[in-house]
Amino acid sequence: MTGLRNKNFIKIILSKAPVILLFISVLNDYDFNYLSLKYFSFNFSYILIFYYSLKKSESLGYTYIFIAGLFNDVVTGTPIGLSSLIYLILCVAASYLRNITLRPSLLKDCIFFLVTILIINSLLFLSLNFIFNYELSYFDQIINITFTFLFYFLFSNLFDFFESHFVRNNNAG
Amino acid sequence: METSRDDFVIALRSAFLKKGIQQRFSLLSLIFFSIIFLILGSFNFKIINYVKIGIKEIVYRSSFIVSIPENLLKDSYLTIQNHKKLYNENEKIKSELEILKAKDLLNEFIILENQRLKNIVDDYLVKSDTIIAKVLTDKGSPFLRSVIINKGSKHKINLGMVVMDGEYLVGKVVEVNYLSSRVLLLSDLNSKIPVIVEPNTIFSILSGTGKDYGIIQYSKKYEDIKNESVIYTSGAGNLFKAGIPIGRMNINNLSDEKKVEFFSDFSQLKFVKVVSFKKSDIK
Repeated sequence: MTGLRNKNFIKIILSKAPVILLFISVLNDYDFNYLSLKYFSFNFSYILIFYYSLKKSESLGYTYIFIAGLFNDVVTGTPIGLSSLIYLILCVAASYLRNITLRPSLLKDCIFFLVTILIINSLLFLSLNFIFNYELSYFDQIINITFTFLFYFLFSNLFDFFESHFVRNNNAG
Repeated sequence: METSRDDFVIALRSAFLKKGIQQRFSLLSLIFFSIIFLILGSFNFKIINYVKIGIKEIVYRSSFIVSIPENLLKDSYLTIQNHKKLYNENEKIKSELEILKAKDLLNEFIILENQRLKNIVDDYLVKSDTIIAKVLTDKGSPFLRSVIINKGSKHKINLGMVVMDGEYLVGKVVEVNYLSSRVLLLSDLNSKIPVIVEPNTIFSILSGTGKDYGIIQYSKKYEDIKNESVIYTSGAGNLFKAGIPIGRMNINNLSDEKKVEFFSDFSQLKFVKVVSFKKSDIK
């Protein structure tokens, strides 16, 4: 009985892992500042949201993404609602790609992801700079986009591995 | 052409409006919510402010908890970095210590040689008695730079005794009472002591200025005095023991004054050493 309960608990945790990861990444604001790497930053939330909206849209609810965006705004100090909007646009892009894709491929996903993050970061930059009078470094944004794009390959494979080896096996078991 | 446009519209409409499994809101409605939040937030709308405060309360507390593993990682990383730094520093200090040990041996040799040479020329060595005194008051007049110390003739303080702050010369005793004494500081206008400027071994007189620096006077070799040269007592006239460090030259190109910045900060004196130097026989 206890074993069954434990198994159910693990199953719930594994199925909610993307949401948990999203909130952890938003609350923690992984910046790796302590590594003193001047030219390094990436946006883990973008990768996570795009991947799960594209591959397993049922794992990451839009409402959670919306709330995560609000949390992110509070953590980073940006106007409330902006990150939610950006995250949801990312979801729209992923959902659109899912609808038009017949044969999925990582390379196509990556290119689409790159175009999407370029657009949403431009939107973010424009709105913060021109509407809300925040000063942002253009160069930092470019670095962030580059690393986010490059890390998509890595994290996409990691998430694939996680989904196929942990979530699916657990569901089957 | 028409068909591909239709496909695009259908895909986009589906992306915006289709609710997934267990989704309460469509993307479009949530996007509207976000925009409403943004607009009302920029106008400082009360409800939005309350929502913001509520979210902040939740986020700041949970952020602390969520950050614990990363902070642990960060602390471990910093500890490792510190250990590495400490190791490197230790290696550096070890090599420096070896050099200093070698220098110490050399110094020992030089001291012994100095004693031997002084013996040959019939010179004397200096033996010192030190009395530690507390500075009672340093509120001197604008014209007199002096301090009062809590030791007097009862403690065997005599006129002309040297007053030092650590290893640096501060002044000399000019007035002795039973339980206190007055020390004339080097910065006083009346203070004039024989000094030697190193390198180049230039004998000169250091005069006080009434300010927090002194000047080099009565020397024929002004042009040989370089910036950052160190000033020591020369021992001439048997006023002070030779070789007590005093300060460093600070030559300003704009003025002809040869300024000396004292090693000791006279405004911060708390305890001083009152020292008397006596001749000792060389054996």
